[in-house]
Amino acid sequence: MTATAAGPMVRAERVCKDFGALKVLRGVTLEVQKGQVLVMVGPSGSGKSTFLRCINHLEDISAGRLYVDGELVGYRESRGKLHELPPREAAKQRREVGMVFQHFNLFPHRTALENVAEAPIHVKKTKRDRAVARAEELLDQVGLSDKAGAYPAQLSGGQQQRVAIARALAMDPKLMLFDEPTSALDPELVGEVLGVMKKLAGEGMTMLVVTHEMGFAREVADQLVFMDNGVIVESGSPRDVLTNPQHERTKAFLSKLL
Amino acid sequence: MRHPWRWLTAVVIIAVVALFLYGAATNAAYGWSTYRKYLFDERISSAAWNTLQLTIWAMLLGVFLGVILSVMRLSPNPVFKSVAWVYLWIFRGTPVYVQLVFWGLFPTLYQNMQFGVPFGPTFFHINLEGLSISFILAAVGLGLNEAAYMAEIIRAGISSVPEGQFEASTALGMSWWMTMRRTVLPQAMRVIIPPTGNEVISMLKTTSLVTAVPYSLELYGRARDISGVIFQPIPLLLVAATWYLAITSVLMVGQYYLERYFSRGISRKLTSRQLEKLAAAQTGGTHL
Repeated sequence: MTATAAGPMVRAERVCKDFGALKVLRGVTLEVQKGQVLVMVGPSGSGKSTFLRCINHLEDISAGRLYVDGELVGYRESRGKLHELPPREAAKQRREVGMVFQHFNLFPHRTALENVAEAPIHVKKTKRDRAVARAEELLDQVGLSDKAGAYPAQLSGGQQQRVAIARALAMDPKLMLFDEPTSALDPELVGEVLGVMKKLAGEGMTMLVVTHEMGFAREVADQLVFMDNGVIVESGSPRDVLTNPQHERTKAFLSKLL
Repeated sequence: MRHPWRWLTAVVIIAVVALFLYGAATNAAYGWSTYRKYLFDERISSAAWNTLQLTIWAMLLGVFLGVILSVMRLSPNPVFKSVAWVYLWIFRGTPVYVQLVFWGLFPTLYQNMQFGVPFGPTFFHINLEGLSISFILAAVGLGLNEAAYMAEIIRAGISSVPEGQFEASTALGMSWWMTMRRTVLPQAMRVIIPPTGNEVISMLKTTSLVTAVPYSLELYGRARDISGVIFQPIPLLLVAATWYLAITSVLMVGQYYLERYFSRGISRKLTSRQLEKLAAAQTGGTHL
């Protein structure tokens, strides 16, 4: 893993995001400490995924400040004003942050192994044989060493998502973002993906997870955040939020899930 | 017999074809001796080479301009968008034959080309009427027309790649250009290659229209010229048709392999090599 500065891994200060007149994020403030797992829950349209996409600057932000490992994401600040970074520097920042998508988004024209080794070889300029050896190691870690030569279309959803996790890990990120990683999976395949994520959390990876899997949240999360309508309604330890929610909206949401 | 009707129709068709061939072989008007004499005539084979060159240059220009036009059409810039739209409107809205006649008259419209500052000094100038540039005009005419069609094919290919592919590449730290090159274009190729192959084959045959420029050193023009001298149009048309068919067949084989290469990964079916490997793993890897 990359060397990191002191302080939290993610710090968001009143982050706002508008799409035209629509306000999707209306001042989100939170911190994720290094090595911790933060799970975000909330109804669809509440802004969880948008917030996650702001953290690696797939979306720009409309106001506020967002820091990863002490560094402002996607912007340069001078005299109190934000200036968007040139694409090259934004791309450089993204290399340190892994992302896993709801629909996997594997490269369909590359084998599992090629998917994992792609970014290290072409973005990081790692030597091919070293990148391939590392990719094989990562596929082994997610339990897919026998599927290295298979194309995504030949894999089940759960296998594809595990390849996607290996692909993100191949860049040696200091932070992993998971955007509803199990929502597109058949119920019997959810466990294998959550298992890999649990293992990753156990190894000390800093993770930000948007999910509806309350069991995972209870077991793995250090911090649970309930978001609704672009703001954080409630946050705390998963035990407190899940068993003793303070806000009506949290109660209403949880009662529908459980 | 399992399929009596299949056998019957096959027998009938073979009989009809045999009768036709017998009739053709014994009909003097086909002029088979002339056909044999001119099939490998040096003038014909060099004309075939000219046809192939016209095809290649026109397609190269068409693909190159097509890429630029498709990117312009996909760009958010309204000026680029409308320029591309007008280009497509004109070049797809008029017959290629008419366009070729027009390019043939280009030197009459503009006898001189001057490069310099308007109303200022001239750096150099070309006298277009004095040059024999009918090959270039023919290739450019075909290429400009082709660009309009290629632009639509390439645009469809790029649009067929899901947005998640751009996102996944961006999230891995790839630049826009690397995303295009490593992720989007290889996948777009699967959609672009088959119609482009058709365009190449179609272009090979469209080159026979360049007599409109007029350029007549390609296959059809040459065959017509020779038949005009010896008063035997049918055998020379058959000679030209044979050459077109032969070249098209070669191109179709190339197209098959290109398509197979770019369609890798879209099917759940395992390739024979993958099956062999899996079978070997099953039996403990004793063979292989």
